[in-house]
Amino acid sequence: MLNHAFKRLLGAVPTLLLLITLAFFLMRAAPGGPFDRERALPPQIEAALQADYHLDQPLWRQYLGYLGGLAHGDLGPSFQYTGFSVAELIASGAPVSFRLGASAMILAVLLGGLLGCLAALRRNSAFDRALMALAMLGISVPNYVVAPLLILLFAICLGWLPAGGWSSHGIGDAGLPVLALALPQIAVIARLMRASMIETLSANFIRTARAKGLPMHLIVWRHALRPAALPVLSYLGPAAAGIVTGSVVIEQVFGIPGIGRYFVQAALNRDYTLVLGVVIFYGALIILFNFLVDLLYGTLDPRMRLG
Amino acid sequence: MPDSSSLPQRLRRDRAAVAAAGVLTLIVLLAIAGPWLSPWPYDVIDFDSDWGAAPGLAGGHWLGTDELGRDLFARSCYGGRISLLVGLAATLVSLLIGVAYGAVAGYIGGRLDALMMRAVDVLYALPFMFFVILLTVFFGRHILLIFLAIGAVNWLDMARIVRGQTMSLRRREFVDAAIVSGAGTAAIIRRHIVPNLLGVVVVYATLSVPQVILVESFLSFLGLGVQEPATSWGALVSDGAHAMETTPWALVVPATFLALTLLCLNFLGDALRDALDPKSG
Repeated sequence: MLNHAFKRLLGAVPTLLLLITLAFFLMRAAPGGPFDRERALPPQIEAALQADYHLDQPLWRQYLGYLGGLAHGDLGPSFQYTGFSVAELIASGAPVSFRLGASAMILAVLLGGLLGCLAALRRNSAFDRALMALAMLGISVPNYVVAPLLILLFAICLGWLPAGGWSSHGIGDAGLPVLALALPQIAVIARLMRASMIETLSANFIRTARAKGLPMHLIVWRHALRPAALPVLSYLGPAAAGIVTGSVVIEQVFGIPGIGRYFVQAALNRDYTLVLGVVIFYGALIILFNFLVDLLYGTLDPRMRLG
Repeated sequence: MPDSSSLPQRLRRDRAAVAAAGVLTLIVLLAIAGPWLSPWPYDVIDFDSDWGAAPGLAGGHWLGTDELGRDLFARSCYGGRISLLVGLAATLVSLLIGVAYGAVAGYIGGRLDALMMRAVDVLYALPFMFFVILLTVFFGRHILLIFLAIGAVNWLDMARIVRGQTMSLRRREFVDAAIVSGAGTAAIIRRHIVPNLLGVVVVYATLSVPQVILVESFLSFLGLGVQEPATSWGALVSDGAHAMETTPWALVVPATFLALTLLCLNFLGDALRDALDPKSG
């Protein structure tokens, strides 16, 4: 088990390093500098700014300096929000984004799993077909289309829920963003769960359980759920990536003060260090999540422990 | 008993796929011909109509106008051209890279294959949407760059699939025959392996087009993609979302176009995959 974890970690570290390196050198390869304005700055001020942000040093020293800073969680200063460091900006948005993302993830796994199981148990019924058609719709229609449509329907036409904003308590204003963020993942998980549950239910050990007279819900709960959940588990990595990506749009649409909003603002303002910092943060988050899922997979599937 | 009917026959039996193909053809035709059919160009403001006119036959704005008084039908068709074009072009880029990479790795095999696929694994773990955003931030918001960037990151799936397929093709008799007759490695890959990959490649290209359209519209939605006065479905949905309280149709019209296209492409891709899969015959 420990061996397995170590091997996975060896896979994750180069990926993270590659991400940082690629992103860093892409930023430096970009034409134009962060201090280019309509009016050229006096050369002394330009030089002082360059020195302040260490841009006058050779590239490899800047790179090593950035890596060294990263090791202490220092992502450098923001180019546009003067006086703030990138790490401070990320830290200020993180709790909000985390709550949004985690709620969406939990909703997606529970609801997607439940719907998938129900569809598998009533295979080829009208319920199953309708659900799978809906799931296809959920996969095809992206977050940024669903979110405004949900606002249009529930907030503007029906007036049940607020159209935007965010408070630190209550689920009223979190309802629509979480739902919009979770919907595509619910659709994918439902499809995965249905397919793997159907396959599991045709296995021999299920036939045995049926033959000894167990009721169906107990068969599913005690015997089928765990093996059938494995494909869903291995999808959680991509699901996390989808939720992180989606949260950028959702935060934008609903006006939620999370990391995603900073990210979009930074991308539009060409705030190089902030964009770089958020990409590295998101990348590290997704890589970490994939690593955790791998570990969990190892504990849930006994066959993996031998490998 | 495997199904002996041909691929088109099997596809035609799948009613969802036939319907999807029909709707898709209609949308493509609209995107091509729509801007000519419409009495209004996509980028002209109609000062005579109410700004944000509701859909109707009066004034020639069949699907209404947006907040600035521009014809939505013409804009949606024009946006469709851009979205579909980006989808096709970026898929083509990813196809070229992916097929070349996968065929070489799969055919040569051994240590080179292990190394090449390890590189794909590492790249696969990167959050690719953010990379595309990085590229657009650092190198400007040019449409050519957008689909190059998408295509350059989207080839990983294709490379994996092509490699797997190539490994099974490598052991076939016609490859042995080519080796015996003195053909070089490059020639075998080009003349014997790649043509045989076509079926699989077409299926995954069908599944890749909607993904690319999604990425492009994601970028455009955030304001990082296509720039005014040009537009795409993503940009239109974004505009519509900003004005949905006064002109909800400006959101609903492009959203319907986008959703319908993605839905049809996904249905078609799924059906093609099932039809090609010998297990489901």
